[in-house]
Amino acid sequence: MAKIKPSKGSPYARILGVGGYRPTRVVPNEVILETIDSSDEWIRSRSGIETRHWANDEETVAAMSVEASGKAIADAGITAGQIGAVVVSTVSHFKQTPAVATEIADKLGTNKAAAFDISAGCAGFGYGLTLAKGMVVEGSAEYVLVIGVERLSDLTDLEDRATAFLFGDGAGAVVVGPSAEPAIGPTVWGSEGDKSETIKQTVPWTEYDSTGKFPAITQEGQAVFRWAVFEMAKVAKEALDAAGITADELDVFIPHQANERIIDSMVKTLKLPQSVTVARDVRTTGNTSAASIPLAMERLLATGEAKSGDTALVIGFGAGLVYAATVVTLP
Amino acid sequence: MAATQEEIVAGLADIVNEIAGIPVEDVQLDKSFTDDLDVDSLSMVEVVVAAEERFDVKIPDEDVKNLKTVGDATAYILKNQG
Ligand SMILES: CC(C)(COP(=O)(O)OP(=O)(O)OC[C@H]1O[C@@H](n2cnc3c(N)ncnc32)[C@H](O)[C@@H]1OP(=O)(O)O)[C@@H](O)C(=O)NCCC(=O)NCCS
Repeated sequence: MAKIKPSKGSPYARILGVGGYRPTRVVPNEVILETIDSSDEWIRSRSGIETRHWANDEETVAAMSVEASGKAIADAGITAGQIGAVVVSTVSHFKQTPAVATEIADKLGTNKAAAFDISAGCAGFGYGLTLAKGMVVEGSAEYVLVIGVERLSDLTDLEDRATAFLFGDGAGAVVVGPSAEPAIGPTVWGSEGDKSETIKQTVPWTEYDSTGKFPAITQEGQAVFRWAVFEMAKVAKEALDAAGITADELDVFIPHQANERIIDSMVKTLKLPQSVTVARDVRTTGNTSAASIPLAMERLLATGEAKSGDTALVIGFGAGLVYAATVVTLP
Repeated sequence: MAATQEEIVAGLADIVNEIAGIPVEDVQLDKSFTDDLDVDSLSMVEVVVAAEERFDVKIPDEDVKNLKTVGDATAYILKNQG
């Protein structure tokens, strides 16, 4: 049997840089109140959300990704030409083929980087990060760009009281590359397809014409809340244990920014000490699905609430249902 | 051993106190969670999960809607506890 040479990767991987793009239009709760019977007070008390960003026609999935990625690449101190793979997680890019990742890789000026899209809802960032780590360690790419990007405003039914106020648009990106030390812990991830009805697109695109109803994201709020708080707290704890990190050693907690009430309850359930900085970017960004974790990470680092080298627990969860949690060293 | 009505009310009082900061003595059978005890629909999910653990009972989402008062919850737990 002929001998096949193995690929050669790095012993470990780390996040080297992060970048974000928030659309220029800031949408306060007052605008949401034009289409649903609610109040600013109710929205704030049930979700923590005060404003969110909605993209305009120029702020496409690709354009927002390119902006966020440019910042992440600069932050990592590398050039686009060094990127070996581009992984884009999104559920709101409406042209399925070719993958939007290929356009982004080209616009960034990569050197024919491998490029593909994944669909993992609000866990998309963690799924992408896990793939990226694997590629760097296995050796198929030295540097991998992971992008979470959404235009959820395109999938929002503005007359649905349960979701109209929740969603926002934006892009977040990280560069994952080689490391001499472990800086991305084991991923605890999975899917629960038996709960697929709790968050979903109302109708498939193929039925759009016949129903006349534009597909939007709907959810069973209470069921999702319960699952997100209590089941995901267990997953978060497993990720800490898998990384051998105690709650006291943790500096930062960056959960998916779905709803501040979920975040509050998770912090309580996990009994995180006061010393842990908790991301609350949802207040001014809303729920941006796959983009929420890198956007929150970027903001915490930009404001100085978190610093490079901090140990952070990240956990994403959402439609599928799917989830992914891991402990990382911040870039 | 199954909890008595008094034990369940006392347990719910502890839980509501912990989650909403309401004094335990205010948690009475006739009190409505949302109207009297400052437990909104999302805090109610937390109350329910805490009660499930404490009283070894399963309270599915579709039943939570019917538990308007402390008395409703107490009767439900009395009937369904393991
Ligand atoms: C969406 C969410 C905030 C709704 O809260 P909720 O407590 O479940 O809301 P409910 O539908 O049970 O309604 C509770 C009460 O508020 C009212 N209500 C519902 N939506 C409202 C709105 N937008 N404005 C004002 N009142 C509203 C209801 O009429 C109901 O009133 P009633 O008790 O007098 O009948 C909440 O379920 C949630 O955030 N869940 C998690 C969703 C999420 O983050 N998903 C993404 C995960 S990736």
